[in-house]
Amino acid sequence: MTITIFLLFVASVLFLSFYLGRRVKSSGGYYAAGGQIHWGVNGVAFAGDYLSAASFLGICGMIATAGYDGFLYSIGFLAGWVVALFVVAEPLKRMGKYTLADAVDLRFDSRAIKLAAAVGTLIISICYLIPQMVGAGVLIEPLLNLPHYVGVISVGAVVIAIVATAGMTSTTYVQFIKGALLIVFSFALVIAVCVRGISTTPDQGGDVPFYEYGTALVSELGGSVVGDPVAAGGLDFVKVTTSGRDSWWLEVEPGLLREIQWETRTADGQRLVNGEPEVLGVNELRQVGGVVSIAGRSGPQADTGPISPFRMLALLSDRETLVQLWKTARIEDGQDIVTVHYPTLVAGNELMRPGMLFRVEGSILEKLDFLSLMLALFLGTAALPHILIRYYTVPSPAAARKSTIVAIAAIGTFYILTLFMGLGAMLNQTINPLTDNMSAPLLAKSFGPFLFAAISAIAFATVLGTVAGLIVAASGAVAHDIMDRFAGLRLTEKAKVRAGKLAAVGVGVVAIVLGILFRGMNVSFLVGLAFAIAASANLPSILAIIFWRKTTWQGITASMVVGVTSAVVLILLSPTMWPKYGLLAQDAPFPLMNPGIVSIPLSFLTIIVVSLLTWKAPSAPEAVAAREPDARKLAVAGGS
Amino acid sequence: MLHEPAMRAGTDHAAGFKTRLGLKMFGFYSLFYAGFVAINLIAPRSMEATIVAGLNFAVVYGFGLIVLALVMALIYSHSCGRQEAALNGSQDGSCDPIAGEDSTGAPRRTGS
Repeated sequence: MTITIFLLFVASVLFLSFYLGRRVKSSGGYYAAGGQIHWGVNGVAFAGDYLSAASFLGICGMIATAGYDGFLYSIGFLAGWVVALFVVAEPLKRMGKYTLADAVDLRFDSRAIKLAAAVGTLIISICYLIPQMVGAGVLIEPLLNLPHYVGVISVGAVVIAIVATAGMTSTTYVQFIKGALLIVFSFALVIAVCVRGISTTPDQGGDVPFYEYGTALVSELGGSVVGDPVAAGGLDFVKVTTSGRDSWWLEVEPGLLREIQWETRTADGQRLVNGEPEVLGVNELRQVGGVVSIAGRSGPQADTGPISPFRMLALLSDRETLVQLWKTARIEDGQDIVTVHYPTLVAGNELMRPGMLFRVEGSILEKLDFLSLMLALFLGTAALPHILIRYYTVPSPAAARKSTIVAIAAIGTFYILTLFMGLGAMLNQTINPLTDNMSAPLLAKSFGPFLFAAISAIAFATVLGTVAGLIVAASGAVAHDIMDRFAGLRLTEKAKVRAGKLAAVGVGVVAIVLGILFRGMNVSFLVGLAFAIAASANLPSILAIIFWRKTTWQGITASMVVGVTSAVVLILLSPTMWPKYGLLAQDAPFPLMNPGIVSIPLSFLTIIVVSLLTWKAPSAPEAVAAREPDARKLAVAGGS
Repeated sequence: MLHEPAMRAGTDHAAGFKTRLGLKMFGFYSLFYAGFVAINLIAPRSMEATIVAGLNFAVVYGFGLIVLALVMALIYSHSCGRQEAALNGSQDGSCDPIAGEDSTGAPRRTGS
């Protein structure tokens, strides 16, 4: 049933796309859905566009494995809409036509701005695409028992079909449907979590027997310890051989061992799980999570039964509540590579405040990293190209404003639900130790196949909707900004649409490749980086063009180039990337994981300095012209 | 219907009001958001304190940021709509992008 519902959903989306695609003939229809989408539909589509794999899969996964720190992303992602509504929405609608470049270039007609804005849009879109494609692969793996890369290719193919057929029109309706379904089914999942309540012996509704990890003395195991304890992740692990079979344990104190899970990659390429060959459905890593003590009580008598959402949060915040957060560490065992998965106990009062992931009580650098992330999340939303172009799909600035309010309501509701879904996955032990991205769908699976199928299909559509929006933005940058306006190819309406479709195919293929390469990274974290790039590249230019008369085309161009370059370079030099080059994270030249605190101010500084250096007071005729309507501005407003 | 050109808008005499109101509300919310970040950096353990109904400060403040965004958005929309009705004579915010516009009126300069 799961696969049937899933495939039916995808087929429906494709049908809708092809149906709407037959009606798209003009570039206005392809890039901006004719500017005639109702604000209510656009608002929900905003939610569908914005609530990406990062929001659904990534945030829920992060909350499940790090508690409140994952919720910081929800807060930051939502707060960013305040900037969009109060500062950007209406002015941008007045100034733009199809792309961000249209708006920031309105006063100048500068080829340099067009190129910088288009390249920036491409880079941001691709950075944002990576986590979406990673999320797609993660979804397909357990749902259809297919490899990760098949999931990535499937999403890529479906999205390319959607975008290449009808552009923004089909994208809008896919996002509308997905946004609405996501919120409705997330509500259903949260209600189910509350009805089930909290238990120290969760059994996923009786489907998965509770597994208790034991503690034993070495002498009780009837085996012998091989070699010395191995340090990893700040703890000691030991290998015990019993009747010729090896097992790995966490050494709690000398001689006292705690049971864990482990994977072994042998020198001959074999993959073992807990000492036996991995067999799907038979011998896999057990899902993890769990609460050991509920406000000081444990065992069956501690089960809460159905509880209210607030009561759940109150119990989890109790300092006598103990939860298991599972960590992972790598050990070299001769020629074998062993990955151990082990629980750490965390008190509720620490779980439900920042600190597990972002070390707000740590060093100055760690505090700066937290500040940098929160800054990028707050300022990034109003600078995301695929969000900005949605302002062009409605008929008036007032409609842009109203649709933003609908978006805030829908997105805010969803983000509150993420806290309960993430914590629900942790409480019900539905976290895959290999990737936290699947926590929400696996939580749904614990409530039966229908909810799992529905949530998986919606999660898949979540990826589709966001990827479609990103590819529309990227194809607009290539075909409209670069080919038509920068290169001056003067394409006909038909040719512009065809160029957009070809660009969509190209960007889609790039996204597929990157989605396969970046497998395993938390998708929220990757999106956080995309926010930093967007805020650095675009926001200073957008604010300057709206509010500062002395802005020059040189200032905008320089700011965009400096913003995107500094953000990308700092990420490449960060502790996040350094291990990917085979180096130690602590040796990374830039010590922060999030670049926004450097790159965003740098971009603002650049536009101020360069604009002041290049600004000239307008001559009298220019000043008069500036106060009168000109044909181009009217055309922009009319969307012709 | 979906693929027609966008409608031609009328003059928006409320643009200045909306810009000023938007900036004020943005400033207020930014302070509230900055307070959240600052408390986490300066006194993170204060986030553990139970505030109401067993909920701690972190949860209350976090939910507060989300709910406040929506409340302020509704107030902003209501105020803008009322001003548009009074000054433009329409509820849908019909406006001309040039007249009354105080943000994009600088002279066009030719770029590179």
